[in-house]
Amino acid sequence: MILRHLFTATLIGVITSFGAVADGIGDPKKGAKVFKKCKACHQVGEGAKHRVGPQLNGLFGRTAGTLEGFKYSKAMTTAGEDGLVWTDETIAEFVENPKAFIPKSKMSFKGLKKEKDRVNLLAYLQTFSDNPQAVILEEVDADTTDGPALDAAVLALVGDAEYGEYLSGDCKTCHQTSGGDDGIPSIVGWPTEDFVIAMHSYKQKRRPHPVMQMMAGRLSDEEIASLAAYFNALQ
Amino acid sequence: MKLNRRLFLGSAAAASASLSAPMAMGAGHGKPRVVVVGGGAGGATAARYIAKDSKGEIDVTLIEPTRTYYTCFFSNLVIGGFRDIQSIGHSYGKMAAGGVNVVHDWATGVDRDAKTVALAGGGSVPYDKLILSPGIDFVDGAVEGWDLSTQNAMPHAYKAGSQTELLKAQIMAMPQGGTFAMVAPPNPFRCPPGPYERVSMVAHYLKNNNPTAKIIIADPKAKFSKFGLFQEGWANHYGGMIDWIGSDFGGDNVSVDAGAMTVTIDGEVTKVDACNVIPAMKAGKIAHDADVTEGNWAPVNAIDMSTKADADVYVLGDSSSQGDMPKSGFSANSQAKVCANAVRGALTGSKVFPAKFSNTCWSLIDTNDGVKVGASYEATDEKIAKVDGFISATGEGADLRKATYEESVGWYAGITADMFG
Repeated sequence: MILRHLFTATLIGVITSFGAVADGIGDPKKGAKVFKKCKACHQVGEGAKHRVGPQLNGLFGRTAGTLEGFKYSKAMTTAGEDGLVWTDETIAEFVENPKAFIPKSKMSFKGLKKEKDRVNLLAYLQTFSDNPQAVILEEVDADTTDGPALDAAVLALVGDAEYGEYLSGDCKTCHQTSGGDDGIPSIVGWPTEDFVIAMHSYKQKRRPHPVMQMMAGRLSDEEIASLAAYFNALQ
Repeated sequence: MKLNRRLFLGSAAAASASLSAPMAMGAGHGKPRVVVVGGGAGGATAARYIAKDSKGEIDVTLIEPTRTYYTCFFSNLVIGGFRDIQSIGHSYGKMAAGGVNVVHDWATGVDRDAKTVALAGGGSVPYDKLILSPGIDFVDGAVEGWDLSTQNAMPHAYKAGSQTELLKAQIMAMPQGGTFAMVAPPNPFRCPPGPYERVSMVAHYLKNNNPTAKIIIADPKAKFSKFGLFQEGWANHYGGMIDWIGSDFGGDNVSVDAGAMTVTIDGEVTKVDACNVIPAMKAGKIAHDADVTEGNWAPVNAIDMSTKADADVYVLGDSSSQGDMPKSGFSANSQAKVCANAVRGALTGSKVFPAKFSNTCWSLIDTNDGVKVGASYEATDEKIAKVDGFISATGEGADLRKATYEESVGWYAGITADMFG
């Protein structure tokens, strides 16, 4: 089932996006702006590490789900085993609608609907595949507008996972502990720092979601650290 | 007088029950025993969390008569054709692996002195802590002309399952240009399945299959939750189809005749083709039988959901009278976790953390047009008190409304996994 589904999806992907992407000449600078949407989860460029999503250096030509040190969804690993390689076409298809291309992958992103955005993003990511070290994009790296105002002390707090487990009851009404994702993102296994930053972004109303702003809004710094510790340990 | 008689009958029944089944389940060993009555959003969650977190230190028994539980939330979407009935049915198959002993039987009485729950199938189950989460029953005589004997002619569809399917079938059988009527409930009522989301789903079906049909709602209230959002949505999607008659216009003066299929609103008789009667509600029967109710509901302490009447009996969800939280599955699930933490602490000495509650209710108005309302709550000495809240705005863009609907689908998967494992 998965095999056939994937095959069909890939085929459609090639047909629908080949012409556009192959002909389009993307602008890496514009793509850098598009990449802001990805930055909550992905790093790229010098020193890029796995965060919620894998780092994206050398993406082009790589088989899906094969980077060391990142815990992929079963769906992504299977896609790689079935022969999915990241190219102009497959990346474009994936980022257009991640859920349609690889159902049950961990990527909780609605997709880039505009073809221009996809073309520009590909041009930007391509620069890190040719030679990851060479490209410096000052504009983008200087951008920190999405992050919350946080004391280093708050980031350094070590949470009590037992307390986190109790508090997580509130989260689990919507977020599944299995890491499943049917319209509400998975929060299992996140790096604690990313979790803490995301929660404080909601608490400070820098991230726009009323439910999350409310849930995070009533949590203390210690409580956020405790939840981060608990969900990080959950596999 | 009433109290005395009930108490007397209760003890007598329990005495004979314990004679006929002297060695009831769970007796004869040292583990503390928790009995949960009702396997919905409150009861299933509480049972699962106590069993999971106590790691075998507590004996947990869940008493639930049905083998397949149909969620009230998303049951309106079945009526609208957005879900099928199987997709909202859940079995208790994974509960045993989670350490919960599931007994499929009716709890017919509670003896609070002997600390036992009587079962319809015979025998009784002893408890150290009892959690009741029986949902709702209807107040007798709440709608003139309607009682449980007429529930098939004029379904309530307020317990999901066969009633949901029956109402849907009757709507589908309406003649072209026919009339659907709803008698809406007074406050406080279980929600979901919200009456106004239901009207939206009926309208969605009719718009596509019976576009000249009419919908009338007789409502004993002058306003309801998300009033502005629904009025806007109905005007946008179903212009002219829905006639809402609030209490200011006589909607509180209503009677029905299930034989003649008529609804009388403020003296005006209307012949209808399908009629959904949602009477006033009260706590589920077992809460009244246990004598932990005052009036229609069971007053509880906000800090742990224990009843005011008995520190060893807890009431969750719709049946409880707790303060500011709505009677939703989300609320019951949230209360269950606070209760589970407190019960475990009382029985095993585990750490008890402060009570925090939350709720969000999504409603679907039409395809990809979802709205939501929610709040967070804390325990005070008097009640569960609202701290902070939000509601969708009128005039929101289509993308946001679609995202809200998709979020509700994710929430459904999340809460049912949280309830049933």
